[in-house]
Amino acid sequence: MEDNTKKSRRTFLDRGLKIGIAGVLGGIGLSKLSAKLTEGKAAPSGETMELMTTDGTLIEVDTSEVMEVSHNHHHNMDYNVREGIPNRKFVMVVDLAKCKNALKCQSSCNKNHYITGDNAWLKVYKMQESPDTAPYWLPTMCQHCDKPACVTVCPVDATFKREDGLVLIDNERCIGCRFCMAACPYSTRVFNWGDPGQEVTLNLEMTDYEPTPEYAGKPSLKGTVDKCDFCPHMVKEGELPHCVTACPNGVFYFGDKYEDTVTNGEETVRLSKLLEDKSGYRLMENLGTEPSVYYLPPVDRLVDYEDGLPFYNEFQSVEKPAEE
Amino acid sequence: MKKFDEIVQDLAPRKFERAGIIWIVVLIFFIVLGIIAYIDQLIQGQVVTNMRDYALWGIYISNFVFFVATSFVGSVAVAILRLTKNRWRTPLVRIAEIITLACIIMAGITITLDIARPDRLLNLFVHARLQSPITWDIIIIPTFIVISILLLYFPLLPDFAILKDHFAKTKPRLSKVYGILSLKWTGSTAQKAFQKKSIRLVSILILLSGILLQTIDAWLFSTTYRTGWDSTNFAPYFISGAFVAGIGALISVIYLVRRRRKLEDYITDFHFDKMGKMLAMACLIYIYFNINEYLMPQFTAKKGEQEHLQALFTGHYAPLFWMVTIVGLVIPVIVLMFKKGRKPLPMFIIAIVVVIGSWWKRYIIITPTLLEPFLPIQGVPESWHSYFPSLHEWAITVATLAMALLIITLLIRYLPAVPIQRIYDEQKEAETLKKIPS
Repeated sequence: MEDNTKKSRRTFLDRGLKIGIAGVLGGIGLSKLSAKLTEGKAAPSGETMELMTTDGTLIEVDTSEVMEVSHNHHHNMDYNVREGIPNRKFVMVVDLAKCKNALKCQSSCNKNHYITGDNAWLKVYKMQESPDTAPYWLPTMCQHCDKPACVTVCPVDATFKREDGLVLIDNERCIGCRFCMAACPYSTRVFNWGDPGQEVTLNLEMTDYEPTPEYAGKPSLKGTVDKCDFCPHMVKEGELPHCVTACPNGVFYFGDKYEDTVTNGEETVRLSKLLEDKSGYRLMENLGTEPSVYYLPPVDRLVDYEDGLPFYNEFQSVEKPAEE
Repeated sequence: MKKFDEIVQDLAPRKFERAGIIWIVVLIFFIVLGIIAYIDQLIQGQVVTNMRDYALWGIYISNFVFFVATSFVGSVAVAILRLTKNRWRTPLVRIAEIITLACIIMAGITITLDIARPDRLLNLFVHARLQSPITWDIIIIPTFIVISILLLYFPLLPDFAILKDHFAKTKPRLSKVYGILSLKWTGSTAQKAFQKKSIRLVSILILLSGILLQTIDAWLFSTTYRTGWDSTNFAPYFISGAFVAGIGALISVIYLVRRRRKLEDYITDFHFDKMGKMLAMACLIYIYFNINEYLMPQFTAKKGEQEHLQALFTGHYAPLFWMVTIVGLVIPVIVLMFKKGRKPLPMFIIAIVVVIGSWWKRYIIITPTLLEPFLPIQGVPESWHSYFPSLHEWAITVATLAMALLIITLLIRYLPAVPIQRIYDEQKEAETLKKIPS
């Protein structure tokens, strides 16, 4: 089992750019690295940090050495932020049979995107189609539509669709007209009505960061739109989005449609087979938005719907720091 | 028949009386209040409004739609009546042109009040994308402003020349300004022919751009998936609604101008009668489109539509919805059917009711739809489930309305509210017709 997990993660991590471009640039990288190493090691700063190697093991490295690696890494991952990671097409599968509203996805997303507003990017709806049908929990995030209504109506190209499937927001260009929010049928977009106050609430040095669509919400800007970004800052590191790794029940699968594989961190499966076997569907297919998020219907449930009820809070999706 | 001098005396701009000055002071007071509120909104962000992620647009947008709608009066009263050679339009068109210009300028200003990052407005040009309905708006609104300025200006040329002479002794400086504005108008045949041609061209342009403006305004909403907006009926629905709002505003302003300037000889009961019939027709057409908009979806009763209509007919918005529909549309039609209902005073009251109804109608079009998204509203504070404007929003909105009224007032102060030359020409024409034995 252990072996299997490792293998599946490796499949996910190894494929795509990382190895490909590393292969091409490896020689240059290595020679540079060795040149630097022979130059003499920089004095160890004494601080260490944890890093994950390509085969998934954690190692501890002195921070003075991180610079060199990340320098190389930056070259490896260079791509146009507006065009996306070449030859990828990111998709997500949400298995409703496994969701019991544990809300770990939401709190992890909130935390890692420094969400300070009152409306989370990832929400778990309490759903029941009709009185006769079973209730279920429906996690929603940005559906990263292939025909995104929000992108169509944006007057300034602030929200855009990338070739790797992601719909992102350039919050330095957004004028705050909120037309995209009106256009989105999934109510997934949130607005910074006032000052996001991220540095105050979360005690972060947000001023050091330049906003980038690659890491939406870091920092958020007053008078602009935010939403789920599919965590490209994680994906380009070969990691899974925060919600996927946070979920204790393996509800979320993330992967690449071209590779036809998705993983929830525990198992890696064929996307097409999963969707076929479990009758995958997409939200509001009739609208023609072509979402990148698939849902597996809540049949043969592995968890009880009722288990989630204590966690359900109709009027809150972002936990507020305890008032002093 | 009135003599030329008399007509000029009656119609030439006049200084404000006491009431006029108080009126201006009141308007400026509200404008200043609104500016203060807006500055606060700039500092704190739109958190000062009651708009939130679900009610993401509020009265700034409905007020914008109201201004756009009201500006349609120029297209209707001026262009249609001019192109169809309706004689009774003469004393009314100038005021219609003034309302049009004031409202479209205010529409342009109002839409920017809703934009949360006005510091980035330039992006609308630098990064403009033609596929966004907002870009269409950015093209059509300035176009419409230019055309409505021309529509106001061209027919004014002879009047400016008259005013230049009229004020030559009493107010030389004002006279000089009128002289410059008159573009050396002498009233020669060549000038007249050229002016007539230009006005005709601008009339056609204002009609086309007016229809386009209303249509684009409707498309702002109907290009979304939202229940209540996602309607192929929306553009004609908006055009007919604009018809109502515009004529309502026209009658209200005309009544007040006539009273204050004592223009009873020029704007007679006959004119009110005609305008009354026009307003009744506009309301009937609008009712027709309302039936299309609200009753046809009820027939198939798709789930979302059903909930939307429920909220309007019997739910949370029912009082407002029925007020707007019954008091703002149906009762006016009934009253206007009677000849007595088309007398100036009852018409004025009706017109005011119609205009207020038109304003709230836009609110009813925008707010309920936003609060009925496809996925249920969950995980947000309870106050986000409903919307009613905040004090800031009211202050700013009242200021925009006051600003529109101020523009109208000032234009009427400095321009002849009724075309002098045309009134004189038509009187002369009528006289000569009388003299010819039939």
